[in-house]
Amino acid sequence: MPDNVASLGEERIAYLEGLVSQARTAAAVFTQYTQEDVDRIVKPMVLAGMAHAQHLAALAIEETRLGVLEDKALKNMVATEFVYDYVKDKRTVGVIREFPERGLVEVAEPIGVIFSITPITNPTATVLFKCIMAIKTRNAVIFGPHPLAWRCCQEAVKIMYEAAVKHGAPEGVFTCLESPTVPDNNYLMRHKDVALVDATGGRGAVKAAYSSGKPALGVGPGNTPVYLEKTADLDMAVVDIITSKTFDNGTICASEQTVVMDDEIYDRVLEKFADLGAHICNPKETALLGRMLVDPETGMARPMAIGQKATDIARVCGLSVKPHTKLLIAPIQGVGREHPLSVEKLFPLLSVYRAKSVDEALKVCVDVNHAGGLGHTAVVFSRNDEVIRKFGDVINAGRIIVNSPGSIGALGGIYNDMVPTFSFGCGTGGGNSTTDNVNVYHYLNIKRVARRTQMPMWYRVPNQIYFNRNAVEYLRQFPSRSTIVVTNPLLEQIGHVDVVRRRLAPQTRVHVLTIPEVEPNIKIVTDGLEALHLYKADQIVALGGGSVIDAAKIMKLKYESPEADLEELGAPFLDIRKRVAEYPTEKASRVRLIAISTTSGTGSEVTPFAVLFDKERGIKVTLVDYSLSPDVAIVDPQFVMSMPKGLTADTGIDCLTHALEAGVSVYASPYTDSHAMQAIRLAFRYLPIAYEHPGDEEARTMMHNAACIAALAFSNASVGVNHALAHAFGARFGVAHGRANALMLPHVIAYNASVPTKFMPSPHQRAYTAHKKYAMIADLLGLGGHTIAEKVASLVAATEQLLDRLAIPRSIADLGISKEEFERAVPDLAKIAFDDPSWRTNPRMPLLSELADLFWSAYRGRGLAKMADASTAPEGLVCQ
Amino acid sequence: MPINAMWLHIDGERAAQAIEEALEKLDSAGGEVVLDFSSVRRVDPGALRAMEKLAGAAGDKVVKVVLRGVNVDIYKALKLAKLAPRFAFLD
Repeated sequence: MPDNVASLGEERIAYLEGLVSQARTAAAVFTQYTQEDVDRIVKPMVLAGMAHAQHLAALAIEETRLGVLEDKALKNMVATEFVYDYVKDKRTVGVIREFPERGLVEVAEPIGVIFSITPITNPTATVLFKCIMAIKTRNAVIFGPHPLAWRCCQEAVKIMYEAAVKHGAPEGVFTCLESPTVPDNNYLMRHKDVALVDATGGRGAVKAAYSSGKPALGVGPGNTPVYLEKTADLDMAVVDIITSKTFDNGTICASEQTVVMDDEIYDRVLEKFADLGAHICNPKETALLGRMLVDPETGMARPMAIGQKATDIARVCGLSVKPHTKLLIAPIQGVGREHPLSVEKLFPLLSVYRAKSVDEALKVCVDVNHAGGLGHTAVVFSRNDEVIRKFGDVINAGRIIVNSPGSIGALGGIYNDMVPTFSFGCGTGGGNSTTDNVNVYHYLNIKRVARRTQMPMWYRVPNQIYFNRNAVEYLRQFPSRSTIVVTNPLLEQIGHVDVVRRRLAPQTRVHVLTIPEVEPNIKIVTDGLEALHLYKADQIVALGGGSVIDAAKIMKLKYESPEADLEELGAPFLDIRKRVAEYPTEKASRVRLIAISTTSGTGSEVTPFAVLFDKERGIKVTLVDYSLSPDVAIVDPQFVMSMPKGLTADTGIDCLTHALEAGVSVYASPYTDSHAMQAIRLAFRYLPIAYEHPGDEEARTMMHNAACIAALAFSNASVGVNHALAHAFGARFGVAHGRANALMLPHVIAYNASVPTKFMPSPHQRAYTAHKKYAMIADLLGLGGHTIAEKVASLVAATEQLLDRLAIPRSIADLGISKEEFERAVPDLAKIAFDDPSWRTNPRMPLLSELADLFWSAYRGRGLAKMADASTAPEGLVCQ
Repeated sequence: MPINAMWLHIDGERAAQAIEEALEKLDSAGGEVVLDFSSVRRVDPGALRAMEKLAGAAGDKVVKVVLRGVNVDIYKALKLAKLAPRFAFLD
């Protein structure tokens, strides 16, 4: 129950409750109507409004004593015919807009019961306008007219209501308060069954609407500045301003209030005004009008002048003017309390200001705008586009009317293509919720039915990959004047660089840059850049493991795009398509990058990743962009035949981890699956052989291919929580990346195969499938098992057996890390792992506590990996 | 549903009148009256007013009013008119 009941008698409350009850029933019934139903009702309403335009205008004049009959009749016509022209083809029921390419449909929901306050200045036109909007949108309206305009409003409501009900609108759809009072308004504005307050009127009504605690459309007064700039068509401007300012004796709140003119045209323009029936006030007359018409207490125009003729105002104020004077023009020297006529004047009195420059003119317009006109309307007359643009920039107004009359222009649909309205939103500047010309869409709740969309995915790999023994021979087909071979000292020492050098195209000048086989840092990249510039290189051959190839990728990036900011490019992101960093597309120079991998694990020869160690900040920066992918990859096993056993094991497990994580990634696709599955098959089969028999060329070849194939998969599907854990742990305890991955792997498989505590949001997948993917891998490997749970268990067991064969330590404890030390590290490790972007594509969203649990599982060791739910998910629950 | 429930068909063309008639029969109903709305496509304000009266009278006479076959559009109108909680619904 509203809190101001005390001021209303029981009978009045019963009356108000009756209005609400009728409206509520009508609104409920209205929800059943179709678009065709409402359109059938609206048209005859419009015709009825048009037919009664003059009659209603006369009633309004008679009751309010404001305005001009002919203009009020015209306003009634605009409020019906022009509004109809705008709404007639608009869909406002059911589906109103469709965006099939975005999977979005907008559906209209009526608001229900609207309590609408209407002003004294435009009483009947506002009612006609709001009735049409309400029927078009299936809402019921209770009108609360201005107390001095309620009879004409009631007649307008009656005309609209009869036409509407006759053509099928629900009974009770419109009602109008008789003898309305402020307590009535307060009661209705706070009524629980009133869904929206739509207040068009003075400051008090608008403020009350917004204070009611109800959603409100409150649109109030303005103070329209006009800049009449020297390039304008002056004849047109003067006629437009007179037309607008005298329209309905200036009662439209968008009408011109202060015209700021350039010095050069000021006198000429005033002459034109005078020629067309304006009276130009002298300083004494201006001062007199200021005293008579503006209340010094409130600083606002006195109501007595509102909507009165210029001659009547002059007479009352004791001014002598010609009998047919249309407009009083008062020159002012500034804006503010000391210049009373700089305020809004809803009568035919216009202030004018002489500006010495464009800058001064704009500043005075800003002052007027801020003196009660924020968010409302402003007008500029100019042929100078720059002036118009600047005016639009500095003036805060929902409607900036160019080279046309303010009041009629702001109504929309006559001088411009704005939406026809009788309610001008003034935005936050005016304390309103919108800057729009209020229209049917403000009378709707618009629902969005958003279908699941699948973002287009990708599969991007280097366009040239050469593999198998002697693939390096293909180097010959790449012409180069100057090639830099980036490698590490060991590879030069054992003759691999010579192998490459001999295969380069004839006449190629070759320069060898040896760098340490450690994660590249800025110095290494800078040294490389110097060499590239010195030798004017057009080709880089990166021969080495992941670090060498990564260094070469970053050298190429900086060589081609010197402005590239590595720190910015390495910024974290959630989705590569939406990330903030933009990789350069314009190249200062071009260089071909050929990557020859000498380990079988990272797959850096085909990936879009490069890790840079920022020594100064003590952090690793991971760069990710397909522009980093080498142009050519050579996967030649002759360069890995001499890999030591430990490196074979570590890099091989890195390869297997890439494939397993890509396989269950939420970005996995049929394209990446084909590569992930093949890499898994090859790794399980050939990694133990390559480890136990390093000279077995077939095993070396297959593992070299497996590493590259796994990289093709994870370059597109990315990795998962295993990598996040390994990055954190490896960095903290100085454990090689592949080995760190190995320690986590069985535990992560078990973890991912369990029903997640939190599912990973994933529009790309139809269901949670990780456990099924693991079961499929178990089938692929012939591991046995009948149920999904058994198959996952067999995959975990097989992984553990593989790790045993590779002599990978069974636990973190086996590395010699004490429990106490590890216990101290785990909270930080969990946080660091959580910040690692690698898990963003993991099938299961890890909780910090789960990351800690995984670290502890790895600490305790293999043979203990358990799925959180012993049976994993029921098979029928999550099947794709 | 008791086997002695009174079953009344509501004519979609004259729903308000049919509900008024149901109101008159409340006295002779046992503990329950079922109004079959399956042929009613839409309700008008008169029908809603009649239903409000019916709900009131049924409450006084301790008669349960069950609406059968109410389509979702009418159901939504009843919700908005705050009448839905005063009836039982049967599909």
